Amino acid sequence: MILSKLAGRPVLLAAGLLAALALPWFIYPPVALDIACWALFAAAVDLLLGFTGLLSFGHAAFWGGSAYATGLIALHSGLPFPVAIIGGAVFAALLAVPIGFLSVRLTGIYFAMVTLAFAQMVYFIANQWRDATGGENGLQGIPRELFGLDLSEPFYFYYAGLPFVLAGMFAAWRIVRSPFGRVLVSIRDNPNRARALGYPVDRYRLLAFVLSAGLSGLAGGVFAIGHGFASLEGVYWTTSGQAVMMVVLGGIGTLWGGAIGAALVVQLQDYLATAGFQETGIVTGLIFIVIVLLFRRGIWGTARHLRAVRRGRRQRATIRRARPA
Amino acid sequence: MLQQAFNGLVGGAFYALLALGLAVIFGMLGVVNLAHGAFYMLGAFGAFIALDSLGLNFWLALVVVPLALGAAGIVLERAFIRRLTPLDPLYNFLFTFGLALILQDLVKRQYGVNSQPYPRPSQLGGTVNLGLFTYPAYQVFVLGASVLVCGGVWVVLTRTRVGMIVRAATEKPELSRALGIDVGRWVTPVFGFGIALAGFAGVLAAPMRAVNPLMGSDLIITVFAVVVIGGLGSVFGSVAAGFAVGLVSALGNYYVPSLSQTLVFILMAAVLLWRPAGLFGREEAL
Repeated sequence: MILSKLAGRPVLLAAGLLAALALPWFIYPPVALDIACWALFAAAVDLLLGFTGLLSFGHAAFWGGSAYATGLIALHSGLPFPVAIIGGAVFAALLAVPIGFLSVRLTGIYFAMVTLAFAQMVYFIANQWRDATGGENGLQGIPRELFGLDLSEPFYFYYAGLPFVLAGMFAAWRIVRSPFGRVLVSIRDNPNRARALGYPVDRYRLLAFVLSAGLSGLAGGVFAIGHGFASLEGVYWTTSGQAVMMVVLGGIGTLWGGAIGAALVVQLQDYLATAGFQETGIVTGLIFIVIVLLFRRGIWGTARHLRAVRRGRRQRATIRRARPA
Repeated sequence: MLQQAFNGLVGGAFYALLALGLAVIFGMLGVVNLAHGAFYMLGAFGAFIALDSLGLNFWLALVVVPLALGAAGIVLERAFIRRLTPLDPLYNFLFTFGLALILQDLVKRQYGVNSQPYPRPSQLGGTVNLGLFTYPAYQVFVLGASVLVCGGVWVVLTRTRVGMIVRAATEKPELSRALGIDVGRWVTPVFGFGIALAGFAGVLAAPMRAVNPLMGSDLIITVFAVVVIGGLGSVFGSVAAGFAVGLVSALGNYYVPSLSQTLVFILMAAVLLWRPAGLFGREEAL
């Protein structure tokens, strides 16, 4: 069943996999790892925004929260880093239960505000709880070795982290294509009708929120191990905004579009930073505004739209030809 | 203890002014302005620039800077916000997020991340004897100015014809239109007014707090929590919650310092559990 669905789009899938595998050969490896992590983060946010219709502006709490949890596990337990990463993802999902429980009672812009506020609460806790999180210095020196294998070289760590990202992407794709995912889409399109059909809408939203948080946590954990540190920046609200921005740039509701958005934004910021331009907000904010004003479908969304338009035109032409004059 | 409470009210004055601006903009346009904190920051920098390069003192800045920012707000609404309002509200949210990033980093690029000094106006340099304790005169002035402005807005909204129109257009835009009120005409000035309020708060903050590019982005989220507590779209609720949150966090800071900054969010969670629409919000607004 899964395999037959996978086989439906073998070319795109193979191209995506190949691109993911080849990335660190063409791009500075740490940047490649950032792209992979942010791509999964964006997919997780899109799971909620594009398929459930909830704009979370607080996902930094799960990405950054997991970064801290992953880092603490790796630093203090001596467990290998894959365990730490999974522990971080579980922590993020658990954190999402109370936050989601309170947030999903609201929708739309209210939901965005409330998730944002809760994430800021996590930020303040991370800032104040210095003994555990290191406060403004963050957590440093998170180990990157696996059974004696030294992975501190970013090029090699990329291939150690990639399986997590791919597994997360696959999970997101499975969730969206599952019966559960179809219910989410129906809730997005018409919550009242879904409710009338007997679906417990809030419970579905909560579950989607928790799953999305867990995947964000997975991405944040890989990011923390990959860089060897977890910092306050990861839980700050602009991080949530950046993830949403990648989704919008790639195309809301496209799942894979976020990866393109992530690649462009991370590359651009790396370029600006190496050029000595520190105030990246000017450029990224400008791009964001242009997309919101003029290019709301995003890159992947536009491509898909154009293809659909062309296909529709071709079909209409076929029908016209078939019809006797 | 009493002094702590007073500190809280002064802090609450800023929350109230910002929450009031957010609430009128939200009520009228359905826009949650993420750039509100950036305009507060611009207000403070406006005061600094006015003094530093134009030689305008604090009192002039208190008038000129909010007017200038209000005008900028009007242009912004006309040029961009207006085009996005018919769409999903999330686009305006995202637009103002992008704007906040740009404004903050533009100021950062010009002035760096270090705080800029701003002197207290000489007339308000000393302390005032409030009977039970003495208090810096400037803080008393901030509190008074905020109460006066919030009260003034309240009177305008409830007692005047303009206020009646704005309230009607906020609550039932379709019906107001049917009754011959040109709702669109009122949207722009209300937006400008909300931005001017944020600028006003920023000028007030300049002599008291650090004038810093990041001062707005830290504050705005707390103000969001304030607005959620007070009730989305409720002007009265926003102002009342602003002062109340100021009070609670100052007292919390006194008794449990480690919780000081998270207290407001705990408060928000409690209110959401009890009343998802906020203390003064209407359920139907959700």
